[in-house]
Amino acid sequence: MGKMIYMDHSATTPVKKEVLDEMLPYFSEYYGNPSSIYQLSNQSKIAIDTARQRVAKALGAKKTEIYFTGGGSESDNWAIKGVAFKNFDEGNHIITTKIEHHAVLHTCEYLETKGFEVTYLEVDEYGMINLEDLENAIKDTTILISIMFANNEIGTIQPIKEIGAIAKKHGVLFHTDAVQAVGSVEIDVKDMNIDLLSLSAHKLYGPKGVGALYIRQGIKIDPLITGGAQERNKRAGTENIAGIVGLGKAIELAYDNLNENNSKLISLRERLIKNIYEKIDYVRLNGHPSERLPGNVNFCFQFIEGEALLLSLDMMGIAGSSGSACTSGSLDPSHVLLAIGLPHEIAHGSLRLSLGTANTEEEVDYVADSLVGIVDRLRKMSPLYEKVQGGN
Amino acid sequence: MYSEKVMEHFMQPKNVGEIENADGIGEVGNAKCGDIMKMYLKIEGEVITDVKFKTFGCGSAIASSSMATELIKGKTVTEAMNLTNKAVADALDGLPPVKMHCSVLAEQAIKSALIDYSHKSGVKIEGLEDVDFDDEHLHDLPEED
Repeated sequence: MGKMIYMDHSATTPVKKEVLDEMLPYFSEYYGNPSSIYQLSNQSKIAIDTARQRVAKALGAKKTEIYFTGGGSESDNWAIKGVAFKNFDEGNHIITTKIEHHAVLHTCEYLETKGFEVTYLEVDEYGMINLEDLENAIKDTTILISIMFANNEIGTIQPIKEIGAIAKKHGVLFHTDAVQAVGSVEIDVKDMNIDLLSLSAHKLYGPKGVGALYIRQGIKIDPLITGGAQERNKRAGTENIAGIVGLGKAIELAYDNLNENNSKLISLRERLIKNIYEKIDYVRLNGHPSERLPGNVNFCFQFIEGEALLLSLDMMGIAGSSGSACTSGSLDPSHVLLAIGLPHEIAHGSLRLSLGTANTEEEVDYVADSLVGIVDRLRKMSPLYEKVQGGN
Repeated sequence: MYSEKVMEHFMQPKNVGEIENADGIGEVGNAKCGDIMKMYLKIEGEVITDVKFKTFGCGSAIASSSMATELIKGKTVTEAMNLTNKAVADALDGLPPVKMHCSVLAEQAIKSALIDYSHKSGVKIEGLEDVDFDDEHLHDLPEED
């Protein structure tokens, strides 16, 4: 079987060596609690400050606008619940989309049980929201727009700057879940009129369990986690120093090498897409042809089920993922694939391959060739394929 | 997640295909839920002399189909009638709780093919009239171990 080919970078990424090297001293050497007064803890304070500066620089934000969290889900929860509860007197309406990550969707659903009203915008066949729909959805009671920067399943990148402009024009706060975009897309929170932005370290070759929320200066928000005075009284809990250091280093590396990484990823992505289209019938590329994450490939293979595809790939040493219901044990396939208008039976046969900078052309070609055999084997077993063949 | 037995029957399933002029054909499940099983039976006298299947579904759906066909091949119609989903799952060294419905689907595919055989041949099979397929609720089965 040989070595594993990892193509699930949207799920998580390995920690880069340079990142780990910077993190390691903060476990046993500089372990001081930054809230303490002695010299040891000073090292921790400086480390956090440096990381905050690095994150701020990557986003075009001020250092004081960056708050460290326990990851992307916490950042999403904080942004949405924090703004909603703080601004309840001004209004109770939130606008989001049908294709958000569950960290946003389930948070919005929770708020619906607490007296908030939520509009879930539709998307087109490419997963793009309609800006007119957005503007029409805004009412006097709208307090927050939360729209993801880039979709985790199909990779579609939303017109964030235009969304920011609409939000600003109507005086509504704009949060974006940028967990998949940070490290892969140029972001300038000021230019894009973003008020709040969620990010996570482990999607950009940093460690798991740490993320950040950018909160534009002057925005009223309740804390999510109360307790000590950490993060300027906005996020309690002793800081995950090593994690924060890792996030800072990882985000700096990502933006220092953004163009080089992206041109490589886009070239691999296009090669994989072309290979699959050329070699396999009855396939559909999900997501936008150009406005998509550099490493995202998402296909539906008709007449077969996604989990069977993933298991077969795994047997050949290839790690991918699927929006298939059978991987999660739920009845419905991916809400994202249903939102872009795919029928259930086609949405069941989806495969996401998310590329990373360590992937090679040889790996891409091997994966495409492996898929040919796997898809053929599974289709020969499928009663749905037999019907199509019989109809020819 | 899966037992070695499940992976073996998924990667090298037994009895895949169709039977021309089958004596009984059954199809259960639906594409919306992500699994369809189609079962073909060749029956001589009381005995199931051949059985084939085609399945659209996840790894455990394919493995359950394969194992179910193995369990009834060469057996009598009555024995096939009495095959339970639990026997299929046990023969696979167990299925994860969320996948138990795959074994139920395999049991039902066989019963569905037996119903078809009974209709076509006029042979009465004891217990068949009580069979009730309820696809929609398959996924809500209580979790077993």
